[in-house]
Amino acid sequence: MRLRGFGWRHAGRRAWAVRGVDLRVRRGERVLLLGPSGAGKSTLLAALAGLLPEDSGEQEGTIEIDGRPPAETRERVGIVFQDPQSQLVMARSGDDVAFGLENRGVPAAQIWPRVDEALHRVGFPYHRDRPTAALSGGEQQRLALAGVLALRPDLLLLDEPTANLDPAGADLVRAAISRAVDGDTTLILVEHRVADALALVDRVVVLDAGGGVRVDGPPEAVFAAHGDALAADGVWVPGRQIPPRRATTGPGEVLLTADRLGQPPRLAATDLAVRAGAALAVLGPNGAGKSTLAVLLGGLLKPGTGRLVASADLAGADARTPPHRWRAPALARRIGSVFQDPEHQFVTGTVYDELALGPRRTGATEPAVRRRVDELLHRLRLDRLAGANPYTLSGGEARRLSVATALATAPRLLICDEPTFGQDRRTWRELVDLFAELRDAGHALVAVTHDAEFVAALADQTLTLTRHPAPEPPPSTTPAAGSTAGQPTDAWPSAAQPEAAGSPETLPPPAFPPAGYR
Amino acid sequence: MIDLEPVARPDAPLARRNPVAKLAAALLFAVPLLATLDPVAPAIAIAIELAVLPLFGVRYRVLFRRAWPLLAAAGGVLVTLVLFAADRSGRVLLDAGPVVVTSTVLLTALGLVLRLFAVALPGVIVFATTDPTDLADALVQNARAPARFAIGALAAFRLLPLLGQEWQTIVMARRARGVEAGRNPVAKLRLFVSTAFTLLVGAIRRGTRLAVAMDARGFDAGVPRTVARRQHFGAADWLLVVAATALAVAALGVSVALGTFRPLIG
Repeated sequence: MRLRGFGWRHAGRRAWAVRGVDLRVRRGERVLLLGPSGAGKSTLLAALAGLLPEDSGEQEGTIEIDGRPPAETRERVGIVFQDPQSQLVMARSGDDVAFGLENRGVPAAQIWPRVDEALHRVGFPYHRDRPTAALSGGEQQRLALAGVLALRPDLLLLDEPTANLDPAGADLVRAAISRAVDGDTTLILVEHRVADALALVDRVVVLDAGGGVRVDGPPEAVFAAHGDALAADGVWVPGRQIPPRRATTGPGEVLLTADRLGQPPRLAATDLAVRAGAALAVLGPNGAGKSTLAVLLGGLLKPGTGRLVASADLAGADARTPPHRWRAPALARRIGSVFQDPEHQFVTGTVYDELALGPRRTGATEPAVRRRVDELLHRLRLDRLAGANPYTLSGGEARRLSVATALATAPRLLICDEPTFGQDRRTWRELVDLFAELRDAGHALVAVTHDAEFVAALADQTLTLTRHPAPEPPPSTTPAAGSTAGQPTDAWPSAAQPEAAGSPETLPPPAFPPAGYR
Repeated sequence: MIDLEPVARPDAPLARRNPVAKLAAALLFAVPLLATLDPVAPAIAIAIELAVLPLFGVRYRVLFRRAWPLLAAAGGVLVTLVLFAADRSGRVLLDAGPVVVTSTVLLTALGLVLRLFAVALPGVIVFATTDPTDLADALVQNARAPARFAIGALAAFRLLPLLGQEWQTIVMARRARGVEAGRNPVAKLRLFVSTAFTLLVGAIRRGTRLAVAMDARGFDAGVPRTVARRQHFGAADWLLVVAATALAVAALGVSVALGTFRPLIG
């Protein structure tokens, strides 16, 4: 595989998505492709996979696989994307793996043996009739990998294959990748979390945000020589701990109390107390109901079971009604929610209006709105983008904007669903610093997350949800709600296990610190 | 919630037939019934449909649950005709000011309601007993439908249930931003339109990603596709199609013989 001065500009865009890339990769090499967000990693993979049709943009330089353009080598290249939902085609697992084989005209007699072999290679735990809709995210991603492996590609491209997964699911996918790739297969992997990916690769290529390849070489050499510069640029360099931001003061008064709050079948009854000046991390595998808990605490959904009580301090005039019945502007002033997908929350045409919306809705005067918006734009490095359409922002920019919009109304409590997901190290640090400042100013923070480093850096308390609701415990072992002064330690023992996370030894053991870190 | 899964016992003698045969049989049985306005032919057809139901492995209770929208539609037809029917001859049954219900009105309404059921039920039965994947396979293999269309539609179909969840998420995300319509109908409409727009943007993006992922696995390769799941169209399938046609003709024949046949045209 050989690129000479390769560049690509999508039709209708002024800026080049990727430019000036010179790169040679030999058969059997395993390359980790890094770069700050917006450096064009995904575009490069799409180009290698022959998925950029000539009429969809403008090309510069050359790109060749075994001396031929990618459009002619498509059947030798396989690619796995980030989102499992939008790469599975069929309703049954085996049919999905067979889909690519049918397309390539593989004789019918060979199809099912190859399907079974591919499923076996990725460690797929079910029969091939298993409905794809019944699989967890990690299982779906392994199935997508099997669908590509069944085609026996020489070049395997993986575009953040584990980004959407919980740590256990991500580990299984990585194990499947390392098992599935043999000496003849060339691998190109895009992955933010370098430490997790290092075991899979023998070469690191870092793209520069301004175009071209910045660094190229074996992982140890690259990180030894350029570690500091790369880390400053937002690359997750392994071995570089980010100093934790512990609370400077003890937790304050309770703002929100969940009393056996649940939403069957998605979330088992959960008890917890959210305190001012404290950051609570909600952990647990995919499907445990973390996001459901976030929208319940955010007053966005009527609880299926139990109740949610806001303190007089938080509820103001609405102390007698539960948060899900508050009027939306009042809610936005008290509890801010940041969703997993920032685009779900954008309602206006510019970044400026997006930030001004909350303050305007809650009745601020125009000069006050302007002051608030300017301050937030500056604080989150969005100044230059004030006039841009929110839908055109990069992932990191959209995330910063969605957090800023929730902060615009200065809510006492901020609830975030996977706030650091897919972020480069620089945005990640900024988010941690921002959240730490908020907490130390007396705000409460609840973050649903898979990100062990985020928990280590920020969380004062953790709450771990499990996937299967446990049977009702005998009454004698359940302390009355509130008897522990609001500390979330009185939860339903096996459905939710809160732990005070002041020191590392009480943090959840799995994947902490992550393998290869330190 | 739209229930898309087949509910029949898959080993029932007629449920096992080729999906294209079932679809053809349903069409050939239902379409001729459109030719008449009388209640007798559709009544016979419904009797036949209910009689063959066990052969499809569908229980009556399940059919009833699936077909309840039809009952609502039937109610609508009845009300509309009672209020607006042009032909109000025949014996007067009820005279309430502007609304005059006569025997002719009720007979026409009955004919229409029965027709609605007779024509719609075969479709309900076919989809209740057919796996969407099998239907797409059979359309490609036995009816020579283009694979790009049939498999593409199947993949899109799989994403449908996600749209409902997505809608809920967007509505909640907006409430969190302080955006809510309250009781003002104009604000409600505007919020609905803008929520629908966001949903559409998301759906198009997801659809595009899916299309790219499908092409990356050679969907646009241009080589002749092979098939992993063979669908047979055998003698039993032909028999089903022929029998369905014969039964439809018989239902119409009885109606003609009894003199109740009222052609739609003429």
